[in-house]
Amino acid sequence: MEYVNIIFQEVYKILFLLVPVLVSVAMIVWLDRRVWAFVQKRQGPNVVGPFGLLQSLADALKYIFKEIIIPASSNKIIFIIAPIITMTLALIAWAVIPFGVNQVLADINVGILYIFAVSSLGVYGIIMGGWASNSKYPFLGAIRSAAQMVSYEVSIGIIIINVLLCVGSLNLNDIVIAQKDMWFVIPLFPMFIIFFISALAETNRPPFDLPEAEAELVAGYQTEYSGMMYAMFWLGEYANILLMCALGSILFLGGWLSPIDLYPFDLIPGAIWLIFKILLLFILFALVKAIVPRYRYDQLMRLGWKIFLPLSLTYVVLTASYLFYFNLLPTI
Amino acid sequence: MIAHAIFFYVFSIIAVISAIMVTVSKNTVHSVFFLILDFISISCLFIMIGAEFLGMIMLIVYVGAVAVLFLFVVMMLNVAQQKNQWFVSEANSGHIPVGLLISAIIFCELIIVIGGWKYKPDLFETGNLITNEISNTHSLGQVLYTDYIHIFQISGMILLIAMIGAIVLTFRKREGVKTQSYLKQISRERSEGVEVLEVASNKGVKIDD
Repeated sequence: MEYVNIIFQEVYKILFLLVPVLVSVAMIVWLDRRVWAFVQKRQGPNVVGPFGLLQSLADALKYIFKEIIIPASSNKIIFIIAPIITMTLALIAWAVIPFGVNQVLADINVGILYIFAVSSLGVYGIIMGGWASNSKYPFLGAIRSAAQMVSYEVSIGIIIINVLLCVGSLNLNDIVIAQKDMWFVIPLFPMFIIFFISALAETNRPPFDLPEAEAELVAGYQTEYSGMMYAMFWLGEYANILLMCALGSILFLGGWLSPIDLYPFDLIPGAIWLIFKILLLFILFALVKAIVPRYRYDQLMRLGWKIFLPLSLTYVVLTASYLFYFNLLPTI
Repeated sequence: MIAHAIFFYVFSIIAVISAIMVTVSKNTVHSVFFLILDFISISCLFIMIGAEFLGMIMLIVYVGAVAVLFLFVVMMLNVAQQKNQWFVSEANSGHIPVGLLISAIIFCELIIVIGGWKYKPDLFETGNLITNEISNTHSLGQVLYTDYIHIFQISGMILLIAMIGAIVLTFRKREGVKTQSYLKQISRERSEGVEVLEVASNKGVKIDD
Protein backbone atom coordinates (compact mmCIF):
# COMPACT_ATOMS: atom_id res chain seq x y z
CA MET A 1 0.00 0.00 0.00
CA GLU A 2 2.87 2.30 0.89
CA TYR A 3 4.49 1.78 -2.51
CA VAL A 4 1.23 2.53 -4.29
CA ASN A 5 0.98 5.79 -2.37
CA ILE A 6 4.52 6.78 -3.28
CA ILE A 7 3.92 5.94 -6.93
CA PHE A 8 0.71 8.00 -6.98
CA GLN A 9 2.48 10.95 -5.40
CA GLU A 10 5.26 10.80 -7.95
CA VAL A 11 2.84 10.48 -10.86
CA TYR A 12 0.94 13.49 -9.52
CA LYS A 13 4.16 15.51 -9.32
CA ILE A 14 5.23 14.48 -12.82
CA LEU A 15 1.84 15.40 -14.28
CA PHE A 16 1.99 18.72 -12.47
CA LEU A 17 5.19 19.44 -14.39
CA LEU A 18 4.45 17.79 -17.73
CA VAL A 19 0.97 19.14 -18.44
CA PRO A 20 2.06 22.80 -18.20
CA VAL A 21 5.13 21.99 -20.31
CA LEU A 22 3.01 20.39 -23.03
CA VAL A 23 0.47 23.22 -22.99
CA SER A 24 3.22 25.81 -23.15
CA VAL A 25 4.80 23.95 -26.07
CA ALA A 26 1.53 24.38 -27.96
CA MET A 27 1.37 28.06 -26.98
CA ILE A 28 5.00 28.62 -27.92
CA VAL A 29 4.35 27.36 -31.45
CA TRP A 30 1.68 30.03 -31.75
CA LEU A 31 4.08 32.66 -30.34
CA ASP A 32 6.78 31.58 -32.78
CA ARG A 33 4.50 31.93 -35.79
CA ARG A 34 3.12 35.20 -34.51
CA VAL A 35 6.56 36.81 -33.96
CA TRP A 36 7.70 35.51 -37.33
CA ALA A 37 4.65 37.06 -38.96
CA PHE A 38 5.03 40.44 -37.24
CA VAL A 39 8.64 40.75 -38.39
CA GLN A 40 7.44 40.19 -41.95
CA LYS A 41 4.48 42.61 -41.54
CA ARG A 42 1.91 39.81 -41.67
CA GLN A 43 -0.79 38.92 -39.15
CA GLY A 44 0.06 35.28 -38.52
CA PRO A 45 -2.47 32.88 -36.99
CA ASN A 46 -5.22 35.15 -35.58
CA VAL A 47 -8.49 33.40 -36.39
CA VAL A 48 -8.96 30.46 -34.00
CA GLY A 49 -9.78 31.74 -30.53
CA PRO A 50 -8.75 35.12 -29.08
CA PHE A 51 -5.64 36.40 -30.91
CA GLY A 52 -5.48 32.98 -32.57
CA LEU A 53 -4.32 31.41 -29.29
CA LEU A 54 -6.12 28.14 -29.99
CA GLN A 55 -4.50 27.70 -33.40
CA SER A 56 -2.03 25.07 -32.11
CA LEU A 57 -4.89 23.14 -30.51
CA ALA A 58 -6.74 23.12 -33.82
CA ASP A 59 -3.57 21.95 -35.59
CA ALA A 60 -3.04 19.18 -33.06
CA LEU A 61 -6.65 18.04 -33.50
CA LYS A 62 -6.14 17.92 -37.25
CA TYR A 63 -2.96 15.83 -36.86
CA ILE A 64 -4.69 13.38 -34.53
CA PHE A 65 -7.48 12.68 -37.00
CA LYS A 66 -5.19 12.30 -39.99
CA GLU A 67 -4.19 8.87 -41.19
CA ILE A 68 -0.72 7.65 -40.22
CA ILE A 69 0.99 6.44 -43.37
CA ILE A 70 3.85 4.00 -42.90
CA PRO A 71 5.91 3.52 -46.08
CA ALA A 72 5.92 -0.10 -47.32
CA SER A 73 9.70 -0.32 -47.61
CA SER A 74 10.43 1.30 -44.26
CA ASN A 75 11.78 -0.45 -41.20
CA LYS A 76 8.46 -0.37 -39.37
CA ILE A 77 9.49 -0.82 -35.74
CA ILE A 78 12.23 1.80 -35.83
CA PHE A 79 10.02 4.09 -37.92
CA ILE A 80 7.40 4.07 -35.16
CA ILE A 81 9.90 4.26 -32.28
CA ALA A 82 11.74 7.34 -33.64
CA PRO A 83 9.12 10.06 -32.89
CA ILE A 84 8.40 8.44 -29.52
CA ILE A 85 12.08 8.71 -28.59
CA THR A 86 12.30 12.34 -29.72
CA MET A 87 9.28 13.33 -27.67
CA THR A 88 10.20 11.30 -24.57
CA LEU A 89 13.74 12.67 -24.45
CA ALA A 90 12.51 16.22 -24.89
CA LEU A 91 10.19 15.77 -21.90
CA ILE A 92 12.30 13.77 -19.41
CA ALA A 93 14.97 16.48 -19.29
CA TRP A 94 12.46 18.76 -17.53
CA ALA A 95 12.75 16.58 -14.42
CA VAL A 96 15.80 18.48 -13.16
CA ILE A 97 14.84 22.05 -14.10
CA PRO A 98 14.41 24.03 -10.82
CA PHE A 99 11.46 26.44 -10.59
CA GLY A 100 12.25 27.65 -7.09
CA VAL A 101 14.38 26.88 -4.04
CA ASN A 102 12.93 23.42 -3.55
CA GLN A 103 10.55 23.29 -6.49
CA VAL A 104 12.29 20.64 -8.55
CA LEU A 105 11.16 17.13 -9.42
CA ALA A 106 14.57 15.47 -8.99
CA ASP A 107 17.23 17.43 -7.14
CA ILE A 108 20.17 15.33 -8.32
CA ASN A 109 23.86 16.07 -7.91
CA VAL A 110 24.68 15.86 -11.59
CA GLY A 111 21.71 17.84 -12.91
CA ILE A 112 23.59 19.67 -15.64
CA LEU A 113 25.25 16.46 -16.85
CA TYR A 114 21.82 14.83 -16.94
CA ILE A 115 20.43 17.56 -19.18
CA PHE A 116 23.53 17.40 -21.35
CA ALA A 117 23.25 13.61 -21.65
CA VAL A 118 19.56 13.71 -22.51
CA SER A 119 20.04 16.42 -25.12
CA SER A 120 22.89 14.44 -26.66
CA LEU A 121 20.58 11.43 -26.90
CA GLY A 122 18.12 13.56 -28.85
CA VAL A 123 20.02 12.94 -32.06
CA TYR A 124 18.85 9.30 -32.08
CA GLY A 125 15.24 10.18 -32.73
CA ILE A 126 16.31 12.02 -35.86
CA ILE A 127 18.80 9.40 -37.07
CA MET A 128 16.34 6.55 -36.51
CA GLY A 129 13.55 8.41 -38.27
CA GLY A 130 15.77 9.24 -41.21
CA TRP A 131 17.20 5.76 -41.60
CA ALA A 132 13.98 3.82 -41.06
CA SER A 133 12.14 5.85 -43.70
CA ASN A 134 14.35 4.15 -46.31
CA SER A 135 14.25 7.16 -48.57
CA LYS A 136 16.92 9.51 -49.85
CA TYR A 137 15.87 12.89 -48.45
CA PRO A 138 15.19 11.71 -44.89
CA PHE A 139 18.50 9.86 -44.84
CA LEU A 140 20.45 12.90 -46.01
CA GLY A 141 18.65 15.04 -43.46
CA ALA A 142 19.41 12.56 -40.69
CA ILE A 143 23.11 12.39 -41.57
CA ARG A 144 23.33 16.16 -41.67
CA SER A 145 21.61 16.62 -38.34
CA ALA A 146 23.74 13.96 -36.66
CA ALA A 147 26.94 15.71 -37.72
CA GLN A 148 25.51 19.09 -36.77
CA MET A 149 24.27 18.11 -33.32
CA VAL A 150 27.46 16.25 -32.39
CA SER A 151 29.58 19.25 -33.47
CA TYR A 152 27.66 21.86 -31.53
CA GLU A 153 27.37 19.69 -28.44
CA VAL A 154 31.14 20.00 -28.05
CA SER A 155 31.02 23.77 -27.80
CA ILE A 156 27.96 23.70 -25.52
CA GLY A 157 29.81 21.30 -23.23
CA ILE A 158 32.80 23.61 -22.98
CA ILE A 159 30.56 26.63 -22.33
CA ILE A 160 28.93 24.68 -19.49
CA ILE A 161 32.42 24.01 -18.08
CA ASN A 162 32.93 27.80 -17.96
CA VAL A 163 29.86 28.19 -15.79
CA LEU A 164 30.76 25.19 -13.64
CA LEU A 165 34.19 26.70 -12.90
CA CYS A 166 32.44 29.68 -11.34
CA VAL A 167 29.93 27.54 -9.41
CA GLY A 168 31.80 24.47 -8.23
CA SER A 169 28.76 22.21 -8.41
CA LEU A 170 26.83 20.28 -11.05
CA ASN A 171 23.50 20.80 -9.28
CA LEU A 172 21.22 23.19 -11.15
CA ASN A 173 19.89 24.78 -7.95
CA ASP A 174 23.45 25.51 -6.83
CA ILE A 175 24.13 27.10 -10.20
CA VAL A 176 21.15 29.41 -9.73
CA ILE A 177 22.06 30.29 -6.14
CA ALA A 178 25.65 31.09 -7.17
CA GLN A 179 24.24 33.90 -9.33
CA LYS A 180 22.66 35.68 -6.40
CA ASP A 181 25.13 38.58 -6.54
CA MET A 182 25.74 38.72 -10.27
CA TRP A 183 24.21 36.84 -13.16
CA PHE A 184 26.77 34.94 -15.18
CA VAL A 185 25.69 36.76 -18.30
CA ILE A 186 27.83 39.72 -17.18
CA PRO A 187 31.25 38.08 -16.63
CA LEU A 188 30.65 35.40 -19.28
CA PHE A 189 28.91 37.54 -21.90
CA PRO A 190 30.82 36.13 -24.93
CA MET A 191 29.96 32.62 -23.75
CA PHE A 192 26.29 33.58 -23.54
CA ILE A 193 26.35 34.66 -27.19
CA ILE A 194 28.09 31.45 -28.25
CA PHE A 195 25.68 29.39 -26.13
CA PHE A 196 22.72 31.08 -27.78
CA ILE A 197 24.02 30.39 -31.30
CA SER A 198 25.00 26.81 -30.42
CA ALA A 199 21.55 26.26 -28.94
CA LEU A 200 20.06 27.38 -32.26
CA ALA A 201 22.21 24.79 -34.04
CA GLU A 202 21.56 22.10 -31.45
CA THR A 203 17.79 22.41 -31.84
CA ASN A 204 17.95 22.68 -35.64
CA ARG A 205 16.46 26.15 -35.65
CA PRO A 206 17.01 28.62 -38.47
CA PRO A 207 19.61 29.75 -39.57
CA PHE A 208 20.94 26.24 -38.88
CA ASP A 209 17.90 24.23 -39.96
CA LEU A 210 19.93 22.29 -42.54
CA PRO A 211 18.41 18.89 -41.57
CA GLU A 212 15.02 20.07 -42.77
CA ALA A 213 16.05 22.66 -45.34
CA GLU A 214 12.88 22.62 -47.40
CA ALA A 215 14.52 23.92 -50.55
CA GLU A 216 16.99 21.05 -50.68
CA LEU A 217 15.58 18.14 -48.70
CA VAL A 218 11.76 18.57 -48.79
CA ALA A 219 11.42 18.24 -45.00
CA GLY A 220 14.55 16.33 -44.07
CA TYR A 221 14.16 13.44 -41.66
CA GLN A 222 10.40 13.94 -41.26
CA THR A 223 9.53 13.77 -44.95
CA GLU A 224 7.84 10.37 -44.71
CA TYR A 225 5.99 11.06 -41.47
CA SER A 226 2.36 12.00 -41.29
CA GLY A 227 -0.44 12.53 -38.82
CA MET A 228 0.26 12.08 -35.14
CA MET A 229 3.82 10.84 -35.67
CA TYR A 230 4.73 14.05 -37.45
CA ALA A 231 3.08 16.02 -34.66
CA MET A 232 5.21 14.17 -32.10
CA PHE A 233 8.41 15.15 -33.90
CA TRP A 234 7.12 18.68 -33.96
CA LEU A 235 6.20 18.73 -30.26
CA GLY A 236 9.54 17.17 -29.36
CA GLU A 237 11.38 19.79 -31.35
CA TYR A 238 9.61 22.68 -29.64
CA ALA A 239 9.95 21.06 -26.20
CA ASN A 240 13.68 20.84 -26.91
CA ILE A 241 13.78 24.52 -27.86
CA LEU A 242 12.02 25.43 -24.62
CA LEU A 243 14.47 23.25 -22.72
CA MET A 244 17.43 25.00 -24.31
CA CYS A 245 15.89 28.38 -23.39
CA ALA A 246 15.42 27.13 -19.82
CA LEU A 247 19.02 25.93 -19.71
CA GLY A 248 20.23 29.28 -21.03
CA SER A 249 18.27 31.19 -18.42
CA ILE A 250 19.50 28.90 -15.63
CA LEU A 251 23.15 29.04 -16.69
CA PHE A 252 23.37 32.74 -17.54
CA LEU A 253 20.24 34.68 -16.56
CA GLY A 254 19.92 33.60 -12.95
CA GLY A 255 17.15 31.00 -13.32
CA TRP A 256 14.35 31.64 -10.81
CA LEU A 257 16.14 34.59 -9.14
CA SER A 258 14.43 37.94 -9.46
CA PRO A 259 16.47 40.57 -11.32
CA ILE A 260 16.20 43.07 -8.46
CA ASP A 261 16.28 41.77 -4.91
CA LEU A 262 13.92 44.44 -3.51
CA TYR A 263 10.53 44.45 -1.82
CA PRO A 264 7.86 44.31 -4.53
CA PHE A 265 9.89 41.97 -6.73
CA ASP A 266 10.49 39.37 -3.98
CA LEU A 267 6.78 38.64 -3.79
CA ILE A 268 6.66 37.27 -7.32
CA PRO A 269 7.40 33.52 -7.16
CA GLY A 270 10.56 32.21 -8.81
CA ALA A 271 8.67 30.11 -11.33
CA ILE A 272 7.21 33.28 -12.86
CA TRP A 273 10.67 34.80 -13.26
CA LEU A 274 11.98 31.61 -14.86
CA ILE A 275 9.05 31.49 -17.28
CA PHE A 276 9.58 35.16 -18.08
CA LYS A 277 13.26 34.56 -18.87
CA ILE A 278 12.46 31.48 -20.97
CA LEU A 279 9.94 33.55 -22.95
CA LEU A 280 12.49 36.31 -23.46
CA LEU A 281 15.03 33.86 -24.86
CA PHE A 282 12.37 32.18 -26.98
CA ILE A 283 11.32 35.48 -28.56
CA LEU A 284 14.99 35.97 -29.47
CA PHE A 285 14.94 32.49 -31.06
CA ALA A 286 11.84 33.45 -33.04
CA LEU A 287 13.34 36.77 -34.14
CA VAL A 288 16.50 35.06 -35.38
CA LYS A 289 14.33 32.71 -37.43
CA ALA A 290 12.69 35.66 -39.13
CA ILE A 291 15.72 37.83 -39.88
CA VAL A 292 18.69 35.56 -40.67
CA PRO A 293 19.20 33.60 -43.91
CA ARG A 294 20.13 29.91 -43.79
CA TYR A 295 23.77 28.87 -43.48
CA ARG A 296 25.47 26.66 -46.04
CA TYR A 297 26.55 23.30 -44.64
CA ASP A 298 30.31 23.86 -44.82
CA GLN A 299 29.88 27.28 -43.21
CA LEU A 300 27.96 25.61 -40.39
CA MET A 301 30.72 23.08 -39.74
CA ARG A 302 33.39 25.77 -39.97
CA LEU A 303 31.55 27.93 -37.45
CA GLY A 304 31.23 25.04 -35.01
CA TRP A 305 34.71 23.55 -35.15
CA LYS A 306 36.99 26.39 -36.21
CA ILE A 307 35.45 29.36 -34.41
CA PHE A 308 33.27 28.32 -31.47
CA LEU A 309 35.44 25.47 -30.20
CA PRO A 310 38.72 27.48 -29.99
CA LEU A 311 36.89 30.54 -28.61
CA SER A 312 35.16 28.66 -25.83
CA LEU A 313 38.32 26.70 -24.98
CA THR A 314 40.27 29.95 -24.70
CA TYR A 315 37.59 31.35 -22.45
CA VAL A 316 37.82 28.28 -20.20
CA VAL A 317 41.55 28.94 -19.78
CA LEU A 318 40.88 32.64 -19.12
CA THR A 319 38.13 31.97 -16.59
CA ALA A 320 40.19 29.35 -14.78
CA SER A 321 43.29 31.58 -14.65
CA TYR A 322 41.28 34.56 -13.43
CA LEU A 323 39.58 32.55 -10.68
CA PHE A 324 42.87 30.95 -9.67
CA TYR A 325 44.89 34.17 -9.64
CA PHE A 326 42.38 36.14 -7.57
CA ASN A 327 41.73 33.13 -5.36
CA LEU A 328 38.03 33.09 -6.23
CA LEU A 329 37.74 29.37 -7.00
CA PRO A 330 34.63 27.99 -5.29
CA THR A 331 35.21 25.80 -2.28
CA ILE A 332 33.26 22.62 -1.67
CA MET B 1 15.05 -2.08 -0.96
CA ILE B 2 12.62 -4.24 -2.93
CA ALA B 3 12.11 -1.47 -5.45
CA HIS B 4 15.89 -1.18 -5.74
CA ALA B 5 16.19 -4.89 -6.45
CA ILE B 6 13.40 -4.77 -9.02
CA PHE B 7 15.08 -1.89 -10.86
CA PHE B 8 18.44 -3.66 -10.69
CA TYR B 9 17.07 -6.83 -12.22
CA VAL B 10 15.11 -4.98 -14.90
CA PHE B 11 18.17 -3.03 -16.03
CA SER B 12 20.50 -6.02 -15.88
CA ILE B 13 18.08 -8.22 -17.82
CA ILE B 14 17.79 -5.51 -20.48
CA ALA B 15 21.60 -5.18 -20.53
CA VAL B 16 22.20 -8.92 -20.93
CA ILE B 17 19.49 -9.43 -23.54
CA SER B 18 20.58 -6.46 -25.60
CA ALA B 19 24.22 -7.59 -25.38
CA ILE B 20 23.17 -10.96 -26.79
CA MET B 21 21.06 -9.26 -29.47
CA VAL B 22 24.08 -7.20 -30.58
CA THR B 23 25.76 -10.36 -31.77
CA VAL B 24 22.68 -12.29 -32.83
CA SER B 25 20.66 -9.79 -34.86
CA LYS B 26 21.03 -10.08 -38.63
CA ASN B 27 20.78 -6.38 -39.43
CA THR B 28 23.94 -4.48 -38.49
CA VAL B 29 22.05 -1.26 -37.79
CA HIS B 30 19.80 -3.15 -35.37
CA SER B 31 22.84 -4.45 -33.54
CA VAL B 32 24.16 -0.92 -33.14
CA PHE B 33 20.79 0.10 -31.70
CA PHE B 34 20.98 -2.82 -29.27
CA LEU B 35 24.50 -1.73 -28.36
CA ILE B 36 23.12 1.72 -27.52
CA LEU B 37 20.39 0.14 -25.38
CA ASP B 38 23.10 -1.86 -23.65
CA PHE B 39 25.12 1.30 -22.92
CA ILE B 40 22.04 3.03 -21.54
CA SER B 41 21.09 0.19 -19.21
CA ILE B 42 24.70 -0.17 -18.02
CA SER B 43 24.83 3.54 -17.20
CA CYS B 44 21.54 3.15 -15.31
CA LEU B 45 23.24 0.40 -13.29
CA PHE B 46 26.17 2.75 -12.60
CA ILE B 47 23.75 5.39 -11.36
CA MET B 48 22.06 2.81 -9.12
CA ILE B 49 25.31 1.93 -7.32
CA GLY B 50 25.87 5.64 -6.66
CA ALA B 51 28.40 6.35 -9.41
CA GLU B 52 26.18 9.01 -10.97
CA PHE B 53 29.07 10.93 -12.56
CA LEU B 54 30.38 7.81 -14.30
CA GLY B 55 26.89 6.89 -15.48
CA MET B 56 26.23 10.32 -16.97
CA ILE B 57 29.67 10.53 -18.60
CA MET B 58 29.06 7.08 -20.08
CA LEU B 59 25.79 8.35 -21.55
CA ILE B 60 27.38 11.52 -22.93
CA VAL B 61 30.56 9.99 -24.34
CA TYR B 62 29.51 6.54 -25.50
CA VAL B 63 25.87 7.00 -26.37
CA GLY B 64 25.95 10.67 -27.34
CA ALA B 65 29.12 10.63 -29.41
CA VAL B 66 30.80 7.27 -30.04
CA ALA B 67 27.66 5.29 -30.88
CA VAL B 68 26.48 8.09 -33.21
CA LEU B 69 29.68 7.70 -35.21
CA PHE B 70 29.24 3.91 -35.16
CA LEU B 71 25.74 4.30 -36.50
CA PHE B 72 26.97 6.76 -39.07
CA VAL B 73 29.49 4.29 -40.49
CA VAL B 74 27.23 1.26 -40.31
CA MET B 75 24.36 3.02 -42.09
CA MET B 76 26.67 3.95 -44.96
CA LEU B 77 27.84 0.37 -45.53
CA ASN B 78 26.03 -1.81 -47.95
CA VAL B 79 25.02 -4.32 -45.33
CA ALA B 80 23.08 -6.79 -47.45
CA GLN B 81 25.96 -7.26 -49.87
CA GLN B 82 28.48 -7.80 -47.09
CA LYS B 83 26.30 -10.37 -45.40
CA ASN B 84 26.28 -12.41 -48.57
CA GLN B 85 30.03 -12.23 -48.87
CA TRP B 86 30.82 -13.13 -45.30
CA PHE B 87 28.31 -15.66 -44.15
CA VAL B 88 26.46 -17.22 -47.04
CA SER B 89 29.16 -18.16 -49.48
CA GLU B 90 31.33 -21.08 -48.35
CA ALA B 91 34.40 -19.96 -50.27
CA ASN B 92 34.94 -16.99 -48.00
CA SER B 93 34.58 -18.64 -44.60
CA GLY B 94 38.30 -18.88 -43.83
CA HIS B 95 38.09 -16.16 -41.22
CA ILE B 96 35.83 -18.13 -38.88
CA PRO B 97 38.52 -20.31 -37.18
CA VAL B 98 40.73 -17.23 -36.64
CA GLY B 99 37.79 -15.35 -35.19
CA LEU B 100 36.97 -18.24 -32.85
CA LEU B 101 40.59 -18.40 -31.67
CA ILE B 102 40.71 -14.67 -30.93
CA SER B 103 37.40 -14.70 -29.12
CA ALA B 104 38.55 -17.67 -27.01
CA ILE B 105 41.68 -15.73 -26.02
CA ILE B 106 39.65 -12.63 -25.11
CA PHE B 107 37.24 -14.79 -23.12
CA CYS B 108 40.13 -16.27 -21.10
CA GLU B 109 41.51 -12.80 -20.45
CA LEU B 110 38.15 -11.55 -19.25
CA ILE B 111 37.84 -14.52 -16.87
CA ILE B 112 41.28 -13.71 -15.42
CA VAL B 113 40.30 -10.07 -14.94
CA ILE B 114 36.95 -10.87 -13.34
CA GLY B 115 38.51 -13.57 -11.12
CA GLY B 116 40.89 -11.07 -9.58
CA TRP B 117 38.18 -8.47 -8.93
CA LYS B 118 37.38 -7.52 -5.34
CA TYR B 119 33.77 -6.44 -4.86
CA LYS B 120 32.72 -4.02 -2.18
CA PRO B 121 30.64 -5.92 0.39
CA ASP B 122 27.87 -3.31 0.67
CA LEU B 123 27.61 -2.49 -3.01
CA PHE B 124 23.96 -1.49 -2.88
CA GLU B 125 23.88 0.29 0.46
CA THR B 126 25.82 3.27 -0.86
CA GLY B 127 23.49 4.04 -3.72
CA ASN B 128 22.37 7.60 -3.17
CA LEU B 129 21.72 10.16 -5.88
CA ILE B 130 20.32 12.85 -3.59
CA THR B 131 22.56 15.73 -2.53
CA ASN B 132 24.83 14.78 0.38
CA GLU B 133 27.93 16.37 1.85
CA ILE B 134 30.68 15.33 -0.55
CA SER B 135 29.51 14.10 -3.90
CA ASN B 136 31.04 11.50 -6.08
CA THR B 137 31.99 14.16 -8.66
CA HIS B 138 33.89 16.21 -6.08
CA SER B 139 35.81 13.23 -4.74
CA LEU B 140 36.66 12.10 -8.28
CA GLY B 141 37.85 15.61 -9.17
CA GLN B 142 40.02 15.78 -6.08
CA VAL B 143 42.05 12.68 -6.95
CA LEU B 144 41.94 12.77 -10.75
CA TYR B 145 43.99 15.95 -11.16
CA THR B 146 46.32 15.42 -8.20
CA ASP B 147 47.19 11.79 -7.40
CA TYR B 148 46.44 10.36 -10.82
CA ILE B 149 47.49 13.30 -13.00
CA HIS B 150 50.13 11.30 -14.90
CA ILE B 151 47.81 8.42 -15.72
CA PHE B 152 45.15 10.92 -16.73
CA GLN B 153 47.53 12.82 -19.01
CA ILE B 154 48.90 9.63 -20.55
CA SER B 155 45.43 8.36 -21.39
CA GLY B 156 44.72 11.74 -22.97
CA MET B 157 47.90 11.45 -25.06
CA ILE B 158 46.90 7.95 -26.21
CA LEU B 159 43.55 9.28 -27.39
CA LEU B 160 45.29 12.18 -29.15
CA ILE B 161 47.66 9.77 -30.92
CA ALA B 162 44.71 7.62 -32.02
CA MET B 163 43.01 10.71 -33.38
CA ILE B 164 46.09 11.89 -35.27
CA GLY B 165 46.54 8.37 -36.64
CA ALA B 166 42.99 8.25 -37.92
CA ILE B 167 43.39 11.64 -39.59
CA VAL B 168 46.73 10.68 -41.19
CA LEU B 169 45.29 7.42 -42.52
CA THR B 170 42.27 9.01 -44.17
CA PHE B 171 43.70 12.37 -45.20
CA ARG B 172 44.43 12.83 -48.87
CA LYS B 173 45.22 16.01 -50.67
CA ARG B 174 42.93 16.58 -53.59
CA GLU B 175 43.88 18.67 -56.55
CA GLY B 176 41.74 21.41 -57.94
CA VAL B 177 39.43 21.90 -54.96
CA LYS B 178 37.94 25.36 -54.89
CA THR B 179 37.79 26.88 -51.44
CA GLN B 180 36.42 30.13 -50.17
CA SER B 181 38.45 32.54 -48.12
CA TYR B 182 36.11 34.53 -45.93
CA LEU B 183 38.73 37.19 -45.31
CA LYS B 184 39.21 37.72 -49.03
CA GLN B 185 35.46 37.87 -49.63
CA ILE B 186 34.86 40.41 -46.90
CA SER B 187 37.84 42.64 -47.75
CA ARG B 188 36.92 42.84 -51.44
CA GLU B 189 35.99 46.30 -52.63
CA ARG B 190 33.94 47.64 -55.44
CA SER B 191 36.94 48.81 -57.45
CA GLU B 192 38.28 45.22 -57.66
CA GLY B 193 35.04 43.65 -58.72
CA VAL B 194 33.35 46.14 -61.00
CA GLU B 195 34.73 47.69 -64.14
CA VAL B 196 32.95 50.04 -66.53
CA LEU B 197 33.79 49.39 -70.16
CA GLU B 198 33.02 51.28 -73.31
CA VAL B 199 31.53 48.68 -75.62
CA ALA B 200 31.93 49.42 -79.30
CA SER B 201 28.91 48.51 -81.40
CA ASN B 202 29.03 45.08 -83.10
CA LYS B 203 32.46 44.27 -81.65
CA GLY B 204 31.81 43.42 -78.01
CA VAL B 205 34.49 43.23 -75.35
CA LYS B 206 36.87 40.55 -74.19
CA ILE B 207 36.72 39.72 -70.51
CA ASP B 208 39.67 37.93 -69.02
CA ASP B 209 38.32 35.51 -66.48
